[in-house]
Amino acid sequence: MSDADPESAAAGFARIAAGRLAEARWTLAAAAVAIAGVTFAAGGSWLVAIAAIAAVACVAALTPWRTRAMRLAEATAVRSPIDRLSALRLAAAVSDPLVVFDRSATVVQANPAAEAVFGSLRGVDLRLRFRAPEMQELIRQTLDDATHPAPVDYVERAPIERLFRVAASPVGDGTGLFVLVFRDQSEARRIDRMRADFIANASHELRTPLASIAGFIETLRGPARNDPKAQARFLEIMQAQTERMARLIDDLLSLSRLEMKPLAAPGQSADLVEVIAGVADTLTHLAAEAGVVVERNLPAEPVLAAGSRDELTQVFENLLENAIKYGRSGGRVVVSVARAPAQAAGGRPQVEASVRDFGPGISEEHIPRVTERFYRVDAESSRAQKGTGLGLAIVKHILTRYGGRLSIASQPGHGAAFTVHLPAA
Amino acid sequence: MHIVRSFDEDLKYLSGRIAAMGGLAERMVEESVSALVHADETLARKVVADDLLLDIAEREIDEKAIGIIARRQPLADDLREIIGAIRISADLERVGDLAKNNAKRVVAITAAQQPVRVVRGLEALAELALGQLKDVLDVYATRAVSTLASVRERDAQIDAVYTSLFRELLASMMEDARNITPCTHLLFCAKNLERIGDHATNVAETIYYAATAEQLPERSRQDKSHSVTLDVAAR
Ligand SMILES: Nc1ncnc2c1ncn2[C@@H]1O[C@H](COP(=O)(O)OP(=O)(O)O)[C@@H](O)[C@H]1O
Ligand SMILES: [Mg+2]
Repeated sequence: MSDADPESAAAGFARIAAGRLAEARWTLAAAAVAIAGVTFAAGGSWLVAIAAIAAVACVAALTPWRTRAMRLAEATAVRSPIDRLSALRLAAAVSDPLVVFDRSATVVQANPAAEAVFGSLRGVDLRLRFRAPEMQELIRQTLDDATHPAPVDYVERAPIERLFRVAASPVGDGTGLFVLVFRDQSEARRIDRMRADFIANASHELRTPLASIAGFIETLRGPARNDPKAQARFLEIMQAQTERMARLIDDLLSLSRLEMKPLAAPGQSADLVEVIAGVADTLTHLAAEAGVVVERNLPAEPVLAAGSRDELTQVFENLLENAIKYGRSGGRVVVSVARAPAQAAGGRPQVEASVRDFGPGISEEHIPRVTERFYRVDAESSRAQKGTGLGLAIVKHILTRYGGRLSIASQPGHGAAFTVHLPAA
Repeated sequence: MHIVRSFDEDLKYLSGRIAAMGGLAERMVEESVSALVHADETLARKVVADDLLLDIAEREIDEKAIGIIARRQPLADDLREIIGAIRISADLERVGDLAKNNAKRVVAITAAQQPVRVVRGLEALAELALGQLKDVLDVYATRAVSTLASVRERDAQIDAVYTSLFRELLASMMEDARNITPCTHLLFCAKNLERIGDHATNVAETIYYAATAEQLPERSRQDKSHSVTLDVAAR
């Protein structure tokens, strides 16, 4: 099996070379004595002698002593590839979390998938980490009778809720080791939950515009039957209401879709500078209409952050749109991107991007709540701005997926600043 | 029954009991909120019944801990660990009481039409409090006490959401007298969730002290007003 890791490749080579030198040691010693003798006899310098000896040693180390076929035969006689496949490598290749533990319920090994979901587990007492009553029971049964207890469902809440079907069993025969296998069932659960949530939210939020449309229809057929001016106005309002309903459904679907996605694939990254410049470009008209100037405080070089480009675009579209709509009285909005100052020990490097407006701001009691679904500080003004109350909920969800966060600072009367913090990529 | 155990086994037994208590307390908080949001009386009754288990567990942990102290006369680190177990189990028992109290209000609250916005706020508050409890108890398992610093941050967030909900509930009571009864119950529910967060913070302090013999650092006060950091998703 070839090793991709350069360090161990180098080490392997050194080992081979050393082996060859050892095997050729007598020949080499004889050659060294001979070279030294010849050199001194001929009155040459000792430097030449050392160089010659080194050259011979090099040749001995670098050239295979035996034929390739001989070595291959030897290797296969000892172990076939499947024997050499260590259990650890096998576990690492599995995408489901696997946790191996001993009789005292102490974790002896967790594969990378497990550490990605549950954090570092090595040496941890499983019963302390998996406290749900069903898990406690599963672990107890496994340790008590060492058979195969029935699998249980387990929900890991943070940062994004995931549901697993967990099975436990002993490893091999009498090894004293046991394994927990976590099968991710989040998707099925999310689809269920999405359906329920969608229906609950949609039915509640669509009721108001629907009632208003129904009211206007009644007026159009009754009192306004012969009033073309009123009819035109009412139809306009009805159109605005239907547009609002359509937007609501779009946003709800978008949020549900996001919630359904499994954990973000690791390693995605996007250039925040490019993303934000693109968003500012798309919103040029909206800004001009509102009489707002968007100032770009962007570095010339790219600033890479964890996250998919599409989703980060969605984040900044929502933030910039809000700043333009709710902060229009300030007349300007500043977008900026920066690498965060070096973090305290251990922290991953972060990048920050902020959208700042100079409008009325948000008062203290509302700040912690604006990312809740449908939360609007002032329902009337949000409605007038064609808001759905879902924008910041979407923002929060996307950031959570990439291990980021949102901070909001505001001084009422002086504007608001929304800052996105993301791991640097 | 008398089992001879090593001191380490004694400690392991205690921490195992604490974790099981924690798991039950977490479950009760989850279910009490779910019962409230979905007007599920059966679930609410289950939460009320489960509280008994926590009471029993707390008493047993106390007895065990006192027995260990009497038999082993532990010093310094070990003593802090055992006293810590007693304190943590007391906090967890309180968490269970608060969840039970919320569950008992389910019928009264769901009898009347409840303001959707407040219920969503309550869910957000519960999510924060549960997140706090989970993270703290996870540290009890991993002993990675350096990560406890973020506990203060979230405690402040929980307070902020609670204050906001409180004002909102008062406003809707003043708006319409018919709201007074359900809103009063909701107000207590919110208060209970906020206190669950406080107990989780207490547990964090205990864990930190048991591990380091020092107090968990306070939050820096500088930029507290008008600035809130939402949802620190960290791992
Ligand atoms: N820049 C801002 N200035 C003032 N208030 C804001 C700002 N951004 C958001 N808000 C408030 O937060 C609420 C939620 O925003 P959001 O989730 O985007 O929903 P929407 O814009 O659809 O109403 C808004 O209704 C508004 O009251
Ligand atoms: Mg918006």
